[in-house]
Amino acid sequence: MRRHRLAIGLGVCLLVGTVLCTLWVYVEDWLPVSYVPYYLPCPEILSRYPQPKLLEQRPTELLTLTPWLAPIVSEGTFNAELLQHIYQPLNLTIGLTVFAVGKYTHFVQHFLESAELFFMHGYRVCYYVFTDDPTAIPQVPLGPGRRLGIIPIQRHSRWEEISTRRMEIISQHIAKRAHREVDYLFCVDVDMVFRNPWGPETLGDLVAAIHPGYYAVPRQQFPYERRHVSTAFVADGEGDFYYGGAVFGGRVANVYEFTRGCHMAILADKANGIMAAWQEESHLNRRFISHKPSKVLSPEYLWDDRKRQPPSLKLIRFSTLDKDTSWLRS
Amino acid sequence: MAELLRTQARKPKCYLLRPVTFLLIMLILVFFGAGFLSPRSPVLWSRRAGAGEAGRESIGLQVVKLSRMVYPQPKVLTPSRKDVLVLTPWLAPIIWEATFNTDILNEQFRLQNATIGITVFAIKKYVVFLKLFLETAEQHFMVGHRVNYYVFTDRPADVPHVPLGEGRQMVVLEVPASARWQDVSMRRMEMISSFCEQRFLREVDFLVCADVDMKFRDHVGVEILSQLFGTLHPGYYRASREAFPYERRPQSQAHIPRDQGDFYYMGAFFGGSVSEVYRLTKACHQAIVADRANGIEAVWHDESHLNRYLLDHKPTKVLSPEYMWDEKLLGWPAIMRKLRYVAVPKNHREIRNR
Repeated sequence: MRRHRLAIGLGVCLLVGTVLCTLWVYVEDWLPVSYVPYYLPCPEILSRYPQPKLLEQRPTELLTLTPWLAPIVSEGTFNAELLQHIYQPLNLTIGLTVFAVGKYTHFVQHFLESAELFFMHGYRVCYYVFTDDPTAIPQVPLGPGRRLGIIPIQRHSRWEEISTRRMEIISQHIAKRAHREVDYLFCVDVDMVFRNPWGPETLGDLVAAIHPGYYAVPRQQFPYERRHVSTAFVADGEGDFYYGGAVFGGRVANVYEFTRGCHMAILADKANGIMAAWQEESHLNRRFISHKPSKVLSPEYLWDDRKRQPPSLKLIRFSTLDKDTSWLRS
Repeated sequence: MAELLRTQARKPKCYLLRPVTFLLIMLILVFFGAGFLSPRSPVLWSRRAGAGEAGRESIGLQVVKLSRMVYPQPKVLTPSRKDVLVLTPWLAPIIWEATFNTDILNEQFRLQNATIGITVFAIKKYVVFLKLFLETAEQHFMVGHRVNYYVFTDRPADVPHVPLGEGRQMVVLEVPASARWQDVSMRRMEMISSFCEQRFLREVDFLVCADVDMKFRDHVGVEILSQLFGTLHPGYYRASREAFPYERRPQSQAHIPRDQGDFYYMGAFFGGSVSEVYRLTKACHQAIVADRANGIEAVWHDESHLNRYLLDHKPTKVLSPEYMWDEKLLGWPAIMRKLRYVAVPKNHREIRNR
C-alpha cells in the first residue's frame, strides 16, 4: 500500500514537473521585458503645451526632414517636455560608449561630468568606457540609475589602428553584453563635452549626426573615400550629408548590425592593403548612404568649438573640448 | 506459503522502486535545469530588437540596404517647405509635396516586400462609389507594391469588376448593414478590429482605412506608411484648437477639453501597421460602446473617438490635407501643391440611409 502510494506520488511529481516546464516555456514570453512600443503613448494627464502651428514660418532655418522622411533634430523642432512625457514611462536604458586609449584618458573626467549634467537626464544610463589603462579612469560620482562599466582593450601602436578597431570592439561588446543591458546605444568620441541637454529627441532606430565642417558644402566636396578599390568608395553624384564619426547610435540591434557591417568593410580594405581617407568615418558614411538613418541629428549635436556658431544653430549640445583653454581654471 | 511468495514477489518491486525514484527525481531536475540554463540570449536578443513579435511587425523598422541611386543632394540650410510645418513637436513627419523623395522610399519598402491592405466600406447605396474608387486607386495608390483591397459590403453582387494590376487583389467581405448612416460609420471600427485579428495580421503589413466616396487624383504612396498615421481634416488645418469640433461633453469617452489637442484628424483616412490599427479600432469601438451604454453619441461619431485616441497615442506620421481634400468646398489654394485624394460630389440626402 505504501509503495503504491509512493509510485502514485512520484507519478504525480513527474506530471507536475512536465506541466510546469511546459507552462514555463509559454510564461517566458509573457514575462515583462523592456518593450519599446511602436506608437508613442501619451498619458492623459499631460501638462498643457502650445498647439503646433501648421502654417507659420518655422523658427528654424534648417532642413528638418530628410528626403526619406527622417527627422533632422535641432532646437525648435521638438517640444522637450512633451517628449519627456512620452518616453519617461517606457523605462528605457540608454548606453553610451567612449574610447579612452593612451593619453585620451585625461578627457574622461570632464566628459563624464558633463554627461551627468546633460546626457539623458532622468533615464537609466550605462556608460561603457573602453580603455587600455583601467586605473587611469577617475571615479566620477554618478546620479541614481546611472552606472559605469570599464572595459579593458588592447592598445595599438598606430592611432589609426585604434580608431578603426572601435567598430569591431563595439559590435563584439554589444553581442556579449550591451544587448542585455540597454535598449538604445550611442557611440561617441571622448575628447568632447556635453554643453546642453541631450534627451529622448535623439532616440531612433538608427541615428547619425551631421559633421559640423560640411553641413553647408556640396556633396562633391565631402571628404568621402574616392578610391575605387576601397569598400568605402563613394562616387561623385552620391551622398546625402557628411556624417561625423564622433556620434552615431540607435536601437542596440541596429547599432550591432551597423558596426558589424563597417567592421567587415574595414577588414576587406585591410586585406587589400588600403586604409580609408578618414578611417572608420569613411566607412560609416559609406554605410549610411546605403542604410539610411531613421533620424539625423543637426550639427548642434556634434559641434566644433573652433568654428563660429551660425545663427541657424540655436543650441550647441555636444562639442569638442577646446584644448587650448585650460579647463583646470574653471 | 502463499504469504511468503507474495512478500517475495513484492521484494523485487521494493528494490526496483528506490533507483526508479532516483531516476524520476533526476529527470524532473534535468527538465527544470534545462528550462533555466538553456541559452536564452537569442530569444532575448530578438525581443529587445522588437522583432520577437509576429514576423510582420518588424516591417518598417528594418534598416534595408539600398542600391546606388542618383538624386539631388538635400541641403541642410534649405528647408524643403518654408510655408508649412513638416515636423510635429513629437518629431513625426507631416507629409507635404516636396518633403520626400519617392524613389528612395519606394525602394526601401519594395526591399521589404511590403504588402498594403486598404479597407473600404460600401454599404447600401455607397456601392456606386466603388468603381471610381478602385479605378483611380489602380492608377495612383501604392503603384508598384502589393496591395489587397478589402471591400466591406452588404451587397456583394453589386461590387464592380475592376481590372487590377499585378500583385494586387480584391477581397469582398460581406457584412450586415445598419439602418442609420451614423451607425454604419461607427460600426467600421468594430469590423476593422475584428478582421484585423481574423485576417489582416496574417495577410498584410500595413493597413489603410479609407472612405469610399472619394477618388485618387494624384500619387498616394509609401510615404504615408509608418506605425500609426492620421490625416489632417481639410476644414480645420488653419483653425486653433478651441475651434476644433472635438466632442466637448465630459460624459463622452471622446471628450477633449478646450485647451488640449494638436490637430483635428479626419476619420476618412487613417492607418498604420496592422497591430497599431487593431489597437486603435479596438479602443475606438470600446469607447463607442461605452458611450452607447451611457446614452450619448459623440458629435462626429467615429471621427471624434479617433481624435481622442490620436491625442493620447501620438501618430508617427501625419498626412497633410493633400491627402484628404474637397475641391468643390475648398477650392485649390496655393499651399496645396497636389490634391491626391479628393471627395466625389454626392447628394447626401439621396445616398444616406438608403
